[in-house]
Amino acid sequence: MSEFLQQLVNGVTWGSVYALIALGYTMVYGILRLINFAHGDVYMLGAFFGFFAARFLNAARDPSPFKALLVLLSAMVACGIIGIVMERAAYKPVRRSSRLAALITAIGVSLLLENGGILLFGPDPKFFPQIIPARNIALGMGVTISNQQILILSVSLVLMFALRFIVLHTRTGKAMQAVSYNPMAAALMGISVDRIVTFTFMLGSMLAAAAGVLVALQNPKIEPLMGIMPGLKAFVAAVLGGIGNIPGAVLGGLVMGIAEVLVVGYVSPTYRDAIAFVLLIVILLVRPAGILGRNVAEKV
Amino acid sequence: MLEVRDLDVYYGAIHALKGVSVRAESGEIVTLIGANGAGKTTLLRTISGLVPSRAGRITFEGRDITKMPAHEIVGLGISQAPEGRMVFANLTAEVNLELGAYLRRDRAGILEDRERVYTLFPRLKERRRQSAGTLSGGEQQLLPIGRALLWRPRLVLLDEPSLGLAPLLVREIFRTIHQINRGGVTVLLVEQNAHMALSIASRGYVLETGHVRLEDRASALLENPEVKSAYLGG
Repeated sequence: MSEFLQQLVNGVTWGSVYALIALGYTMVYGILRLINFAHGDVYMLGAFFGFFAARFLNAARDPSPFKALLVLLSAMVACGIIGIVMERAAYKPVRRSSRLAALITAIGVSLLLENGGILLFGPDPKFFPQIIPARNIALGMGVTISNQQILILSVSLVLMFALRFIVLHTRTGKAMQAVSYNPMAAALMGISVDRIVTFTFMLGSMLAAAAGVLVALQNPKIEPLMGIMPGLKAFVAAVLGGIGNIPGAVLGGLVMGIAEVLVVGYVSPTYRDAIAFVLLIVILLVRPAGILGRNVAEKV
Repeated sequence: MLEVRDLDVYYGAIHALKGVSVRAESGEIVTLIGANGAGKTTLLRTISGLVPSRAGRITFEGRDITKMPAHEIVGLGISQAPEGRMVFANLTAEVNLELGAYLRRDRAGILEDRERVYTLFPRLKERRRQSAGTLSGGEQQLLPIGRALLWRPRLVLLDEPSLGLAPLLVREIFRTIHQINRGGVTVLLVEQNAHMALSIASRGYVLETGHVRLEDRASALLENPEVKSAYLGG
């Protein structure tokens, strides 16, 4: 029992990371009906930007919570800018073309970021400084949680609530919802659809950056291809919850994280990555719209 | 105020508007009548910048808006209540209205105008917390009109505001349009209900397969034998 609870704690922690990445997929899909396959690579860039910020702040030798926060924020800002540039330079020119053109562009951007990363950062792994030294805290019943896990959980939670607030209660968030429902009608309200699309990419990229830094704090080995697998799994998580649906992305991420940890713990670590695709196949067979997704006829 | 000259619009291979010229003077109600497919909705969408034109010119208060993006045209003071159910079904009625005032920053003025819309359409006030998708057809029809008014436009384009409504509600809608106009808003009204439209308009245009077939004072069009037989059911 205590082992199961321990797995659950680990699974929820992992799941919140997947959820942060999945939110970016789902928001961009909600607005543009585009799967941004480069999103996982933005997560990788987040880890690298965090790495450079930490080095700049000399956080390895002189760690402090304030520096950790600064590292997180600078990675988020840098990736936010990457998101804006990515949308303006790569996706906007093909917005009126076929969806296939946009999809191929996304794969191109992804390859560009991965190979650009290898070129700039080198193919060998780098080690993220230990800004927050690991410490285990006993929760009782034989379950422990590390301070890093607490950090991952709490930062994810804060970001998710911030996102929820932005989407539901701010003017721009309401405009996002309007554009996602009907861009033409939104333009008639005076909403600049282009600006909302760019804003959405920025938000999604910032969340992915946060995920990258949070993971690197716990698993310090970072390298330019580290975004591929988490990116794919977060995409599956978004589909699992119902792509385009924001609470769905969070739920999908949590399910994914828990499933993965349970498979590793009780079946075999070999299937760690396979479980994501098993879940994808199952959900597509049983409930293609996703757990929280509604089945709607495609608009023409 | 608004002048459309020799407008040509294509939907793919379909020539939807063929050299259409229409104008509206400040303070007028101008109506466009015509059968389905005559190009009425296309004309409004082109004015709003949702559909590109191939030739011709649209000017608003002397400014060329032919190539302006839709959201900037709204910014000049033109709002459109689009046809049918172009509401944000995922948002509440109240947020739908609020989005009409997206470009405004004066919180107090917005609230005041929202109350005005609620006075015009008390049903919307009752249903304000409901998501727009769950409103009845008639209520969904009121929403775009209220939304268009919240921007305090100088020119409002109304696309078939009475479509599919019960006769009593149709009369209410037309009374409201009249009221809006008396408040100083110029109205360009697309309607199937030609009789009602012509009775509140000062001038009218009859569109037929992408052409302006007739153009006259509304009262004259009401008496025109051709209009009578084709659009007024007698």
